[in-house]
Amino acid sequence: MKSLKAQNHPLSKSEKEIQLLESLEFTESFESKLKESGLFPLKPIQIEILQINMGKMCNQVCQHCHVDAGPDRKEIMEQEVMQQCLDVIKRHEIKAVDLTGGAPEMNPNFRWFVTEIRKINEDINIIVRCNLTIILANPKYHDLPDFFKANNIEVVSSLPYFNAVKTDAQRGDGVFGKSIKALKMLNEVGYGIDGSPLKLNLVYNPSGAFLPGSQGELEAQFKKKLSSQYEIEFNSLFTITNIPISRFLEYLVRSGNYEAYMERLINAYNMTAAANVMCRNTISVGWDGYLYDCDFNQMLELKVDTPKSQHIKDWNTDALTERNIVVNQHCFGCTAGAGSSCGGATA
Amino acid sequence: MKTYYNPDDLKKFGNIGEFQKPMADKFFEYYGEVFKEGALTAREKSLIALAVAHAVQCPYCIDAYTVDTMEKGCDEEQMMEAVHVAAAIRGGASLVHSTQMMNKAKEISM
Repeated sequence: MKSLKAQNHPLSKSEKEIQLLESLEFTESFESKLKESGLFPLKPIQIEILQINMGKMCNQVCQHCHVDAGPDRKEIMEQEVMQQCLDVIKRHEIKAVDLTGGAPEMNPNFRWFVTEIRKINEDINIIVRCNLTIILANPKYHDLPDFFKANNIEVVSSLPYFNAVKTDAQRGDGVFGKSIKALKMLNEVGYGIDGSPLKLNLVYNPSGAFLPGSQGELEAQFKKKLSSQYEIEFNSLFTITNIPISRFLEYLVRSGNYEAYMERLINAYNMTAAANVMCRNTISVGWDGYLYDCDFNQMLELKVDTPKSQHIKDWNTDALTERNIVVNQHCFGCTAGAGSSCGGATA
Repeated sequence: MKTYYNPDDLKKFGNIGEFQKPMADKFFEYYGEVFKEGALTAREKSLIALAVAHAVQCPYCIDAYTVDTMEKGCDEEQMMEAVHVAAAIRGGASLVHSTQMMNKAKEISM
């Protein structure tokens, strides 16, 4: 399967996505909902997390990917931009660095970057969003579990279900089997084991046009099934709602679920989740160094709304803290039900 | 095309109070209470609801509880097993009445 960009699909262009999101007649605007909640304009609380997209290249082509990542995507973060990120991490009070992609490990400077971050601060939480199959994709990645352990990385990995049918339907043929092998490799070095400091968290995304259920209940089910059937342990399950952009938006339109899904998100708007959205404490850095309110705004090419600090090389904490967060209809994905963020439910 | 069932009518379920509000309010309060986590998990209750939806053949309930069970992490195999439970009870309910038929047949036969 090719990325939407390689297919030259209309929805690979952010202006078309935004046009579609704004075209539904029955919808209330996200802005008006925030106004009702007394949250508009949406402002940051404190910038604590730097989420860095190291490139769109990936060994998988997942059906729901908001990045439209895949082997045919060549956008990759250069070392110069990584150095600019390191300068920001050194100078400012960043508590967590969240590395994502694509498969961040496919960036040729990934290991250098991680070790440089760790040199700056022993306590900073470094998160790697590892798709699991990358560990088995090539012998040069087989030692990733040891590398993660040596640098005290928190590993966050997607596993949409505890069986092959649903997992492979979302993430590609054979992904479930490889994910199980990779999880065992992570468990073997101490990840996710009760009492171990090495954190292994899983991400649940619904395999279709529906919302995630209770994070606690799903975590209990995952723990029971993965332990009894595969002897796999992990720490926490993060439930993440599929945001209606990029490939998931294309799926919604193609399957005739778009309007009903948007209606579901809007009807499930939760003020508490809106107050806790991740863009209030996170800045997202694109592969080319531009700054965004979140990874979704990044994919829609909606840069941070402050001319003084649009690129990592021009980082200005005051300007970023005072900015208004850019919102649009896709933001209903983060405020539905129990809420959704890169760390799971928020309400 | 006009049909007796319209999927969009499911969204109007909450409006039944328009004709009789006190009873509707009591019903929805009770409904909410029933589906809360209790001695049974919310997931178990959702699977029961899916099975009952098939037994009473309510298309609105089937749509609603197909989505609800999937949101609660059930897979298609579990959902179909729940429907088979409903089918087994419905089929069994017919068949167990055959004992009455058998009794009567024997009663009037030489």
